[in-house]
Amino acid sequence: MTIAVKFDAVSRHFGTVRAVDCVDLEIAEGEFFAMLGPSGSGKTTCLRLIAGFEQPTSGSIEIFGERAEGVPPYRRSVNTVFQDYALFPHLTVLDNVAYGLMVKGVEKSARLKAAEDALAMVKLPGFGARKPSQLSGGQRQRVALARALVNKPRVLLLDEPLGALDLKLREQMQEELKTLQKSLGITFIFVTHDQGEALSMADRVAVFNDGKIVQAGSPAEVYGKPRTRFVADFVGSSNVLTPDLTAKVSGQRRWSSLRPEQVTLAASKASGVLEARMVAAHYLGSTTRVVTEAGGQRIAGVVQAGQAVPEAGSLVHLAFDKAALHFLEDQP
Amino acid sequence: MSAQGTSPMVRPSTGGVAARMADRFWRQPKLLLVTLLALPLGWLVFVYIGSLLVLLLQSFYSIDEMSGLVVPEFTLKTYGELFTPSNLDIIVRTLLMSSAVTLACATIAFPIAYFAARYAKGKWKALFYLGVMLPLWSSYLVKVYAWKLILAKEGILTWIFTKLHLTFLLDALLSTPVIGGNSLSVSYIGTFLVFVYVWLPFMILPVQAALERVPGNLIEASGDLGANSRQTFRNVIFPLALPGIVAGSIFTFSLTMGDYIIPQIIGSSRLFIGQAVYAQQGTAGNIPLAAALTVVPVVIMGVYLYAAKRMGAFDAL
Repeated sequence: MTIAVKFDAVSRHFGTVRAVDCVDLEIAEGEFFAMLGPSGSGKTTCLRLIAGFEQPTSGSIEIFGERAEGVPPYRRSVNTVFQDYALFPHLTVLDNVAYGLMVKGVEKSARLKAAEDALAMVKLPGFGARKPSQLSGGQRQRVALARALVNKPRVLLLDEPLGALDLKLREQMQEELKTLQKSLGITFIFVTHDQGEALSMADRVAVFNDGKIVQAGSPAEVYGKPRTRFVADFVGSSNVLTPDLTAKVSGQRRWSSLRPEQVTLAASKASGVLEARMVAAHYLGSTTRVVTEAGGQRIAGVVQAGQAVPEAGSLVHLAFDKAALHFLEDQP
Repeated sequence: MSAQGTSPMVRPSTGGVAARMADRFWRQPKLLLVTLLALPLGWLVFVYIGSLLVLLLQSFYSIDEMSGLVVPEFTLKTYGELFTPSNLDIIVRTLLMSSAVTLACATIAFPIAYFAARYAKGKWKALFYLGVMLPLWSSYLVKVYAWKLILAKEGILTWIFTKLHLTFLLDALLSTPVIGGNSLSVSYIGTFLVFVYVWLPFMILPVQAALERVPGNLIEASGDLGANSRQTFRNVIFPLALPGIVAGSIFTFSLTMGDYIIPQIIGSSRLFIGQAVYAQQGTAGNIPLAAALTVVPVVIMGVYLYAAKRMGAFDAL
């Protein structure tokens, strides 16, 4: 396995702000890798470090085994799809896509042919003569993708690529990006704050918080076995149980997490595990998400469609498999 | 609910003329527009454009050489006079000076504007605006006379060159044919320097405004796609700043073409268009020729703007 990108104790500090703080990271060639985290968690700075827009304060970065520090962006075989696409407003779509080849001195007819092919690949054939301002958000996104891919980068960086699109378009683009990545075999690294997007698209996810990677692993690992309270809460909005509450249920005084979909409402006290009070119900169509309060703590659960949803304020019994309780590494 | 029920759905008008007018303007936005624009637009049409038309009309009259009186009959004779060697000389001289001043202003202004737009923040930005605007607050005449002293043979510039033992440089510059002269203050170089100084802010501000609108990520995107700084400048920054440069050049070009004070105070005694107009309409009393000479810069600017548009200078707008 070739390592595409390797971070060795990389930090990027802006004055006293530690945007990226001693991050170790290995991304394999051909991997679809997601950097997930809330805004300000350092994920975008990590992306910019790979692109070369930022230089690390300390630590070293290797891209395909070559040291990247001090190498300007224009000499890296890495291309970026920017968050707001950053298309050149004064150039046509075709000239935008051909830009990378133009500055590398590729002869005109060859580069325009390659740009046409790239536009066809992102399903925008024949859009070359338009200006970016004449395109919709989704189309601009595709142009930005074609503009990056036409250079045949070894690593493609995507900064919140789907953030500005509406839900329908976003789901469609998620699929297309995944298919494209598999067929091209290029290493994709994308930044997102949307956990659903990260889990559904990536081969591997790194969860960022406060400039550090809290957990990295397959989507199933990160979702099913969160290491800390932060990961449990951020990835899939798990219920995080305090040591006291965990002790009451399992006998062990530790922090634990419990997926809402593993919590249901029991018909009677006997079949329940925990007594709680209804706070609110959110109708989601196939299910209803119920929010309850037990031991001074919010616990969310799921009620299947067709089942009765108790009134707010009424007493309910929460039922779940005690084995579903996942212990976290945080100190109690 | 009941407490809210007591407040009416529609509050009554507060009454009075102002309130009624406000309601009326809200319903008819066009009326508001007309009310606001009537006076300034009227001024523009009657006083400004009107006098320009009268000027244009005058340029088609001619002067009777015997009596020195204006003959109010349509003729192209006056325009023909523009092509006499002495008048053509004046036009070409002014055109060359305006072009040189514009080019110099653009070259000097660009790095300053680039710094201000992309790097200066807070205190430095305030300092930049102050630095650019400050010269505009003092009287134009004072500045020009100050430059006369600076550039004079006994002036501070000569003194500095002497102290630095670089007098030979100054002498070499002044001995250049055509643009040189006895001292800087009586040479074309002097006129050029003062023009550049006086009009520079008019170039910096529009270029800075244009650069301010160039998003930083376009420059990053260009680098990301493999362009080095020079290529990014040529392919992204310059085309996007071009409308600003053209806007600035309209100022520097037309201001230089129309000026009649600077070349009179500083420079060789050869005439520029502005001075020629001044002389023709004053002592010579040749209003038609003065008018025709005035039309020249207008035509040149028109041609210039048309060419700029054709070359795509405004595409990035």
